[in-house]
Amino acid sequence: MRSSRLPLIFGLILLVGALSLASLVIGPAPITPFKALTALVSDQGSTSIVVRDIRLPRTLLALLIGWIFGLTGAGLQGLLRNPLADTAVFGAPQAAAFGAVLVLYSGLVGALSWALPFAAILGALLSVALVVTVAGRRATVVVLVLSGLAVGSLAGAGTSLAISLSPNPFAVTEIVFWLLGSFEDRSIIHVWLAAPFILAASVLVLSSSTGLRALALGEETARSLGVDVMRLRLLLVAGAAIGTGASVAVVGSIGFVGLVAPHLVRPFAGYDPARTLVPSGLAGAALLLAADCAVRLIPSQTEIKVGVLTAILGVPFFLWVIARRKAELAEMPV
Amino acid sequence: MTELRARSLAVDLGQRHALSRVDLTLPSGRLTVIVGPNGAGKTTLMRTLAGLLEPTAGQVTLDGQPVSRMSAGERSRCIAYLPQGGNVAWPLPVADVIALGRLPHGEKPDSLSLKGQEAVAAAIHAADLEGFENRPATELSGGERARVLLARALATQARVLLADEPVAALDPRHQLIVLDVLKEQARAGTTVAAIMHDLTLAARFADEIILLNQGIVAASGPPEAVLTEELLAANFGIQAHVSHDGGHLVVVADRPLAEPGQGG
Repeated sequence: MRSSRLPLIFGLILLVGALSLASLVIGPAPITPFKALTALVSDQGSTSIVVRDIRLPRTLLALLIGWIFGLTGAGLQGLLRNPLADTAVFGAPQAAAFGAVLVLYSGLVGALSWALPFAAILGALLSVALVVTVAGRRATVVVLVLSGLAVGSLAGAGTSLAISLSPNPFAVTEIVFWLLGSFEDRSIIHVWLAAPFILAASVLVLSSSTGLRALALGEETARSLGVDVMRLRLLLVAGAAIGTGASVAVVGSIGFVGLVAPHLVRPFAGYDPARTLVPSGLAGAALLLAADCAVRLIPSQTEIKVGVLTAILGVPFFLWVIARRKAELAEMPV
Repeated sequence: MTELRARSLAVDLGQRHALSRVDLTLPSGRLTVIVGPNGAGKTTLMRTLAGLLEPTAGQVTLDGQPVSRMSAGERSRCIAYLPQGGNVAWPLPVADVIALGRLPHGEKPDSLSLKGQEAVAAAIHAADLEGFENRPATELSGGERARVLLARALATQARVLLADEPVAALDPRHQLIVLDVLKEQARAGTTVAAIMHDLTLAARFADEIILLNQGIVAASGPPEAVLTEELLAANFGIQAHVSHDGGHLVVVADRPLAEPGQGG
């Protein structure tokens, strides 16, 4: 009836492992894979500093954030029963960025404060709440996308306002570069700031898997099968907002991973939303690790921001999915 | 003997009184068909009986136990509900869609118990879906998909089966197949209720018909007692011709009346 998911998950874990190793190896300082692994576990002088303090944090962040983007993307696509769903549909990344920029801009806290992820999570939650309120419970995809676009634009305008009113040009540059999304110059403290939230978001999303299965048949049928649809919605939306907020707070805006990852695994994992969750998370981690390795390999004067690369690759993919499924997307209620 | 009963049931949807003072009993072993004009409150009644809608007043009981006090899990094991015009969001294999009917028993499509596998196989057989198991549910015709969704409801093997317009999208052959399935379920001891618009088919298969109009039970009883020309005129606003053909009641709608209840 269906193939086992285990070979797929095992293969993806191997891929993520290989890309993590590549991420520890690739950079201006040439380090062999063996030396990189040795430098991780024992003190190898400057090599250990490069591997542990520079490359390990960005590797862990790419892995964690790619995982949560892929996982929440698959969860939201299952919840909205729509292959175009992603946190960006709710304007959540822009709102999270606005929340974080407000905190940075106010000067109350530094870039390494716990207030940053909390502000970003709050921004993401508010944007989702606003989109759901405006679009209503039985919104069509068109209404949902338009509401998300409006909320995202509002948050973007808020961010632009904060930047244009900033009296300090250096702070402006810093915020703008941060908004582009990058793993560059992130320390292990950034990992600790994001990891607990990403873990909590993962638990929330994964706990909704049975409900997502039933939701494939619509809300009414899911309820008749014993699923608490309101709770399911709350779990997923909270998980997505917390995951997005925590990620945006430490690395800025990186889009389209959550949209792309589920599509990459469906040919192998099938379309059951519950069965795509974990493979999508792993595919998201692999994608973001690969993208972060790629920006280090692409020859340029300064490193290309990974958020720019994911957008350049993600937007054509988004358009391709729309072109393929436009007929059924036209009138699909969510 | 399973008995689903509604007592003094009232449901308000916003400002509208969707159901008022509805008293009815659905006994096991019988197929009850609910008929009524558009907006009569049929779907609201079905959803309330299924425990998916909280009544404003009155209550629904299953063997004396209020459905509203059952846990969602217990309710889903006892009452299978097939909503109107159901859809499948993803191209899931037909067998997986039907296996979702085992969720109330804690069984997932990839880990069905022996009993679950038997229930799914029986549902596939009953809905005439052999050979469809691996086909994506989204690529089926409307009629085929309706049978898949019916099979999903059958796979739960609940004591009560409530189906909202289960034959609306079906060709005549599959209408008969589905109604035979519902009748067989009833004969096997399940409490079965279905909403239908085809009054001749309803008359042919129903043990009992409940005629709902403007949120109240206008009439109930055996088909020949409910599907009379007078009651059809009063409640559907049609001049109908009711006759007997080979032992079956045949209802032919001749023309709409200017106002429901107007004779001649």
